[in-house]
Amino acid sequence: MQKILSSTWAKGVLFCVCLVPIGLLVWRVIQNDLTANPSQFLEHRTGDWTLRFVVITLSITPLRKILRLPQLIRFRRMLGLFAFFYGCMHFTCWIWFDKFFNWPDMWADVHKRPYITIGFTGFVLMLPLAITSTAGWIRRLGGKRWQTLHRAIYITGIAGIIHYYWLVKSDVRKPVEYGVVVAILLAWRLGSWIVARRKQVAGATARRPEPTTAESA
Amino acid sequence: MVIKVKNKGDLSYADITPKGLYMGRRNFLLGALGTYGAVAAWKRLPSWLAGPATGSVPRPLGNLVKSPFSATEKATPKEDVETYNNFYEFGTDKGDPSRNAKNFVTSPWTVSVEGEVAKPRKFSMDEILRLAPLEERIYRHRCVETWSIVVPWIGYSLNNIINLVEPTPKAKYVAFESYYEPKQMPLAGGGGIQFPYLEGLRLDEAMNPLALLSVGMYGETLPNQDGAPVRIVIPWKYGFKSAKSLVKIRFVKSQPPTTWNMYAGGSEYGFYANVNPNVDHPRWSQAREHRLGSGLFARPIPTLMFNGYGDQVASMYGGMDLRKNF
Repeated sequence: MQKILSSTWAKGVLFCVCLVPIGLLVWRVIQNDLTANPSQFLEHRTGDWTLRFVVITLSITPLRKILRLPQLIRFRRMLGLFAFFYGCMHFTCWIWFDKFFNWPDMWADVHKRPYITIGFTGFVLMLPLAITSTAGWIRRLGGKRWQTLHRAIYITGIAGIIHYYWLVKSDVRKPVEYGVVVAILLAWRLGSWIVARRKQVAGATARRPEPTTAESA
Repeated sequence: MVIKVKNKGDLSYADITPKGLYMGRRNFLLGALGTYGAVAAWKRLPSWLAGPATGSVPRPLGNLVKSPFSATEKATPKEDVETYNNFYEFGTDKGDPSRNAKNFVTSPWTVSVEGEVAKPRKFSMDEILRLAPLEERIYRHRCVETWSIVVPWIGYSLNNIINLVEPTPKAKYVAFESYYEPKQMPLAGGGGIQFPYLEGLRLDEAMNPLALLSVGMYGETLPNQDGAPVRIVIPWKYGFKSAKSLVKIRFVKSQPPTTWNMYAGGSEYGFYANVNPNVDHPRWSQAREHRLGSGLFARPIPTLMFNGYGDQVASMYGGMDLRKNF
């Protein structure tokens, strides 16, 4: 498994796999097989895939630690960029097929409709992450600051879930399912952060000499 | 001294792909293929298990009278109207009802008309089909979700049946109840709304000639997913008012509870639910609609007040604040 993950072609294969959903959608556009409501179909499918890629990206760190597969980190950037790519497709579908470039309508929606406001926020937050995804930007920002910035993906994940939850009429099962997955992924991070902090504190107190004895000595 | 100069193009043994890795790729591809097959099989499993459809199927209806109420727009392709449905008893996805209503048995069927009426009675489907001349009425149908269709319904004005049972002076509203039987509708549980599906109209709305009791569409009896065997169609209101697969019509003194009005404490879907481009749904605009069947690149069209039926219905709402009574 480790060898597969670190082989040179693994990234290429993953890249092609990530293109399969959009490939299938393009195929259905060509075949004119988009249900009775094509604009909504494309909007929903691209939205689903955006959320799925955000979830996959968020699961890389927990998976590589739990499964002890550090090589998984090689794929995180690509998966994150695919989340952004599908987000762009989703946004384009809304602008083009749903709103038909009616800018005043869209602008009104962005600040009048909470579900659009929050979806838009989640999408816009991915923009700086996509831009600073290169090695050059990691160097320029410094690892620590870069990492802090890229935690914005947590907000994108939560925003995506709320966006979906507020959109559905009454059947909330799917947004709740996604919500549970994102909650687990974020809770895992919180848990490992607490554990790491405890260890750090414990390590610090262990290293520090007893203050009273130090003084009395 | 012989100096061996290594040709840059030479491959050393270290460059040969290890057999394990090579096999790994093969396993990976086989695994991916296997996963794909398993997922595809899993998705088809319900239809394999279900076997051939056992439910009622549409049959042709003849001798239809053309109605002066018909819209002049082109009817939406029949396939779209049959495969894009909101009928939560059969699942909440738009494609669910056409897939899951295949085994819906709608015969025999009776509709009980009761409550504040002089002559309460039960009607069989045969009686309903012969109660008045069947008309073909092409109506615009606007869903609260901002899509719309144009449907050649078959039926007659609801007031035909109302006049037969003679409402008493106490009757002010009409409550409609849709069929609900978990054995026939096992997927209803996940929809997030309560069943049986309830709808209601004010008596004068129900008496308006535009209010249609429908038994068919596109020249045939209704397909199961479109509300077989009998439903109402209220063209100036959002689609959810047009209750499907009716089993009960009850005349009552006060405004009856309705399914979508009960949802979210009545904040999202009003009792009246008249099509109104000026009053937004709390979560989305109602100014425009996507006409189904017009293709991906069609511009959304402006929604009309009362769905374009203002001439026949606006007078019923004189003096009413339609923002409050949305």
